[in-house]
Amino acid sequence: MINDTYSFTVAIPLIVFFSFLIIGLGFGRLKPMVSGIFGTMALLAVTALSYFTAYRYFFVDGMMNGSFQKFIAYDALWMSFTDSLQVRMGVLLDPISVMMLVVISTVSLMVHIYSLEYMKHEEGFSRYYSFLSLFTFSMMGLVLSSNIFQIYIFWELVGLSSYLLIGHYYERPSAVAASKKAFIVTRFADFGFLIGILMLSGITGTFDFLKITDPGGSALTQGSAVGFMGLSVMTWSLLLVFAGAAGKSAMFPLHIWLPDAMEGPTPVSALIHAATMVVAGVYLVARLFTVYVLAAPDALITIGYIGTFTSLFAAVIACTQFDIKRVLAFSTISQIGLMMGGLGVSGYTGQEGLGYTASMFHLFTHAMFKALLFLCAGAVIHAVHTNEMTGMGGLRKYMPVTNFAFLIGCLAIAGVPPLSGFFSKDEILTAALEKDKLLFAVQYAVAGLTAFYMFRLYYSIFWNSDRQYHSKPHESPFAMLFALIFLSAASIVSGFIPFSRLVTPDLKPFDSHIHWAVAIPAIAIAAAGILIATLMYRKESGLPAKTAAAFGGLYRAAYRKFYIDEIYIFITKNVIFRYISAPLAWFDRNVVDNAMNSIAALTNLTSSRIKGLQSGQLQQYAYVMVTGVIIVVLAALYFMNA
Amino acid sequence: MIEKIGIENLLILSALMFFIGVYGFLVRKNLITMLMSVELILNAVNINFVAFNRYFYPEKLQGHFFALFVIAVAATEVAVAIAIIISLYRKIRTIDVEKASEMKY
Repeated sequence: MINDTYSFTVAIPLIVFFSFLIIGLGFGRLKPMVSGIFGTMALLAVTALSYFTAYRYFFVDGMMNGSFQKFIAYDALWMSFTDSLQVRMGVLLDPISVMMLVVISTVSLMVHIYSLEYMKHEEGFSRYYSFLSLFTFSMMGLVLSSNIFQIYIFWELVGLSSYLLIGHYYERPSAVAASKKAFIVTRFADFGFLIGILMLSGITGTFDFLKITDPGGSALTQGSAVGFMGLSVMTWSLLLVFAGAAGKSAMFPLHIWLPDAMEGPTPVSALIHAATMVVAGVYLVARLFTVYVLAAPDALITIGYIGTFTSLFAAVIACTQFDIKRVLAFSTISQIGLMMGGLGVSGYTGQEGLGYTASMFHLFTHAMFKALLFLCAGAVIHAVHTNEMTGMGGLRKYMPVTNFAFLIGCLAIAGVPPLSGFFSKDEILTAALEKDKLLFAVQYAVAGLTAFYMFRLYYSIFWNSDRQYHSKPHESPFAMLFALIFLSAASIVSGFIPFSRLVTPDLKPFDSHIHWAVAIPAIAIAAAGILIATLMYRKESGLPAKTAAAFGGLYRAAYRKFYIDEIYIFITKNVIFRYISAPLAWFDRNVVDNAMNSIAALTNLTSSRIKGLQSGQLQQYAYVMVTGVIIVVLAALYFMNA
Repeated sequence: MIEKIGIENLLILSALMFFIGVYGFLVRKNLITMLMSVELILNAVNINFVAFNRYFYPEKLQGHFFALFVIAVAATEVAVAIAIIISLYRKIRTIDVEKASEMKY
């Protein structure tokens, strides 16, 4: 329904967009610090607006007759092709979009503040801030989209800004390669998304989210009847949409770009590749959740399996990596897998919607603690100038605040009560247990692995023995610490938000409580993971190497990320390039080019033959003309008389 | 007096002048002479204008006007042509039309 009192929300993306334009156009003219502070101020305004929107929506007038309403706060016709094919631009407010506003603005603001110090001495400071604004604008636009066409536009825009920010250090070949990889892999996935959009809107006859996801609407029932290869057309289109979501959210086997994306500046990893853009896929599935759960349960459970598998897969790899940002990247993939798993096992009404709620809850808490972990990692990298954990150790003495913040992040992600990760993970596990025992078992194992690799990381950085540092590591400046402290606080308290009263699939709140039958074993396995990590990594010992040797082939395979990159290289280089691209290139070079060249050669030949006609001899021309006139006159006389 | 001379005499005269002009234009290599040939052609046309006016529409004057007009155009044309010929001469030191073939192809 249309609600004009919320029309101020359209300013949220627009403020950031103008901030992008001003910083971007003033690039080179503004002093770097000025553009940084300007961007931060714009973000501060947006954060205030987002919090106000969230407060008003959730606690003042969002609820009517016992369920939250979906508001169209702004709506404009953008392109009108025919009466039925119209593209609109709008702002849709419902619990998940309002929640995402809070997540994005909080994390983005923290990253803006943090970067004021972190990027201070870097080249391209203004460029960095203009792209941060562009990204924030695109992400805000994405979550507020009122129709599937608009979400696709912003979907590509976040992909673009991610590309630009990963390639921030564009003079480094690895950064360029990583940005291209991220762009191409997600673009490839978005191809599926586009086809999915076309099919979905073709079936339902509308782009509008409100119409598509209306549980009593006609859009849902259409398309289920027509089958193709054993599945309904609806299922196919939703699977294709999920392909796009999987690309953005780095689901197996499209996850390969995310670890490489760590080439970007660390705050960018915190913002884009941990907290916001990578959960866009989860958001998209949640946005279309009604359709998934009511019209295509097959597609939904597929998502659950893919997510849970990815979660385990990435957790295993994370245990073996030595680059701290890559460990965090795989951890992100794993946690997003859990969110997808949560969506996959969810039902629609009441308590059955727990999986959905848990997934959104985990999205929220994960954004806080993973951004915190990344920013801590950035502080550490800033201090010791390396990404490798083998070059770190004993930093707790030098960086007490960072140490404390990182510990909070680790405890939160490991699921230790009463930190936020405990509550959201508990809900995901409970939802899985009720729906599918296999998924529960895998997610339970992932919980243990998560605790293990996070504390491996923690001990390797902050405990263990000292390394030879070039210069003595020092604690970060205030702006960076502020972001760390704020996010630590958020990681602690965000678990107490009663999500089941705010975000549910059918928009009606329900009561949920901690399920101790699940929670106690989950705490136990987290504690076991932490204990093992403590034994192995707290002090320097030969234990990790021995364990690695004991696992043998599995360890080596995990260390090489299960050779997925190599498989991709093999498929692209040896199969696609050799058997498809090479023949096409041959055809292009020999057949197409030759045809064109022959036409050109023929033209050349003809003209060189007849160019002698233009001799430059004036009287020759006159002679031809006079002859011609005489012939014409004689002919005219002859035919007129005849 | 005019009645004693038939229009065909004037037309024969103008036709002769015209073809002498065309012949000169096609055959003479000197640009000045070619220009003179063009003048002959134009004057042959003038004779026609005046003759037709005088014999068929004696009460009207359009033919005369046209003849005057052609004379004026011919004068300006000569001015331009002479200017071109002079600058051509400065460039290639001759006014032989066969030598002025720079702009071919």
